[in-house]
Amino acid sequence: MSGLTIENISMRFDLPNGGSVQALKDVTLDLKPGELMSVLGPSGCGKTTLLNIVAGFLAPTEGRIAMNGHTVHGPDAERGMVFQQGALFEWMSVRENVAFGPRMKGEREAQYGANVDHLLDVVGLQDFKEKAIYELSGGMQQRVALARCLANDPDVILMDEPLGALDALTREKMQSLVLKLWKETGKTIILITHSVEEALLLGERLLVMAPRPGRIHKEYRLPFADLGVDQDLREVKKHPDYNKTREEILAMIWDMEEEIMGRTEESA
Amino acid sequence: MTILAIYVAIFIGGFFAVKYITASTQPKDYTSLKTVTFGDESAVRPNRAASIISIVTIFLLWGSFTGSSLIPSFLHAPAAYTGLGEFNYTVDANGQTDDATVTVNVHETDGEAAVPEVEPGDGFAKNDSISIAKYRSKLLRVDANDEQGRDEGAKIVAVNGKAIEPGGEVIVDFARIAMTPKGTLNIVPKTGWQMQPLYLPPPEKVASRLVEISSTGFRNSTLWEHLGYSLFRVIVGFLIGAAVGIPLGYAMGLSNWFRGWFDPVVEFMRPVPPLALIPLVIIWAGIGEVGKIVLLFLAALWIMAIAARSGVSGVNITKVHAAYSLGASKWQIMRHVIIPNSLPEIFTGARVAMGVCWGTVVAAELVAAEKGAGMMIMVASKFQNTDIVLMGIILIGVIGFSIDVLMRWAERLLVPWKGRS
Ligand SMILES: Nc1ncnc2c1ncn2[C@@H]1O[C@H](COP(=O)(O)OP(=O)(O)OP(=O)(O)O)[C@@H](O)[C@H]1O
Ligand SMILES: [Mg+2]
Repeated sequence: MSGLTIENISMRFDLPNGGSVQALKDVTLDLKPGELMSVLGPSGCGKTTLLNIVAGFLAPTEGRIAMNGHTVHGPDAERGMVFQQGALFEWMSVRENVAFGPRMKGEREAQYGANVDHLLDVVGLQDFKEKAIYELSGGMQQRVALARCLANDPDVILMDEPLGALDALTREKMQSLVLKLWKETGKTIILITHSVEEALLLGERLLVMAPRPGRIHKEYRLPFADLGVDQDLREVKKHPDYNKTREEILAMIWDMEEEIMGRTEESA
Repeated sequence: MTILAIYVAIFIGGFFAVKYITASTQPKDYTSLKTVTFGDESAVRPNRAASIISIVTIFLLWGSFTGSSLIPSFLHAPAAYTGLGEFNYTVDANGQTDDATVTVNVHETDGEAAVPEVEPGDGFAKNDSISIAKYRSKLLRVDANDEQGRDEGAKIVAVNGKAIEPGGEVIVDFARIAMTPKGTLNIVPKTGWQMQPLYLPPPEKVASRLVEISSTGFRNSTLWEHLGYSLFRVIVGFLIGAAVGIPLGYAMGLSNWFRGWFDPVVEFMRPVPPLALIPLVIIWAGIGEVGKIVLLFLAALWIMAIAARSGVSGVNITKVHAAYSLGASKWQIMRHVIIPNSLPEIFTGARVAMGVCWGTVVAAELVAAEKGAGMMIMVASKFQNTDIVLMGIILIGVIGFSIDVLMRWAERLLVPWKGRS
């Protein structure tokens, strides 16, 4: 069985005051190789927790993650992660950051050099490869993070709001880049986002999660990601289904948010 | 008080002078275009003119109040009186009065102390003479040689024509003449505003001491040996402290057992000033090199351990997660993430530790040592060689400052990413 399997995952955090938070309840999912799934949901519904479990940073209280048939017990190079920010190594140059994965595997410059330079080209940072990380803008840093993840050639790429800290224009460019890389490399990708538009444009599959306890609320299959590979993203947005789905999802999330507010008001 | 007033006056005067002079030549850089500067820390840059004036002022005041030959004499504060001075006194012997003159030779401390020769003069009061060293005073029974002295009921009633009585005093041009309750005159030549060399020698004397000691040495060791020994102790003590403290800090940052085991020790030792350990270290290891190095080792150890520990704890967990999911092993994470990430903290700790060590070594040498900068100034102070003490203090300051500059330079070179993530 190839691909990523998420089986009946539940996660409960015990709090120091004796209580507990049910962050995830009975989440089940299957991702085939090469699928791109975006995940939406109100704040606190367990998206990050789910991603951390898939990455292997957290062990679920119940359930199992399987990768190509074998159970996941911890982080591994087969599951790469792109963080929102702060995960690059300041003490290394751009190129050293990108080459980090291959170097840890013991590869030599002769083995990884060409690929690293190719990836720097793809993300448009060839001219900045000897620069220090703190000399780059936020968008450039995220491109380094993306290239670093790809250089390691993982089967699955996990992204937790990778574009959340970027401005709208940079964000749009990065979205096209993600789509392009997805098609070129055929990676399986899970992408968490707070932007409904981003989830629609990038997600071949779109998962909407609901809070308390965190669970899958609804799943969509969307055509926009495939369209976006060779079309301008602004053109894709003119697609008749695009606005309809967008409104539907927005309404859904608003309902959830209102429910949360109502509940906290009651308890207050 | 006067010195402080002059200092403040130069501070304020310099500010307006520099402001007036540079008003037209302000460079039009980015900061000068900022309209909000009060409260914007980044817009506060040290005014170099102020720094220069500040240093010049200190030397000027120092020179002025010690009568330094390096600055023109019109800038000198009033000096203590030297040379010959005269005053006369009036004696009243049962209604009869007579005057006599007292000639005073105020001589340099190490100068000739000749008592001036004077004619006895006429009348029953006879002229006197006396020699007093600068900054000293002397009692003089001016009536001792008079025909009608106080044993015969004669009384001194005036000095330079001004009435005087026991317990009172008269100021003459070169001195204060006070009368003791018994009627003896106490001659106090004016001491001026300048400091006695015993308290504060002039700069050139300190400089010539530096030349002298750097060529002939002090107490069987050259100056460079004294300073070198202090520096050697600091460097060895610091290096051993760092060599033990950094791994200890890493272990405390990475292992529950180490953290639990050493936390009480480190937290207890941290607030103990190294100076408080000097007596114990002397009992244990004596006053030789071993004792000093043990002391400095202890001074550096806790600082470095705490710096390394907080360097490890300060690592952003996403960096560690990222490294794991890029396939790094524990050892590789240690080598490529945790150690480089902790370097800025370790450098900060090293700077603090070097400063503390330098202070501690001088203090330890003050207490007991055969060689060293601290020993040098301690021995000099016992012999009241204020110039050597001052020279030592200046050298200690210069070396301490150089160490810090060197560490900052190394820091910029080795951890350029410090404070930029
Ligand atoms: N280490 C933890 N200890 C206790 N509770 C936690 C912990 N991590 C997460 N939680 C709780 O689990 C729930 C889900 O958190 P999670 O970070 O996964 O949300 P999220 O969907 O990623 O939110 P956001 O969109 O704001 O990032 C929250 O209620 C949070 O309070
Ligand atoms: Mg999150």
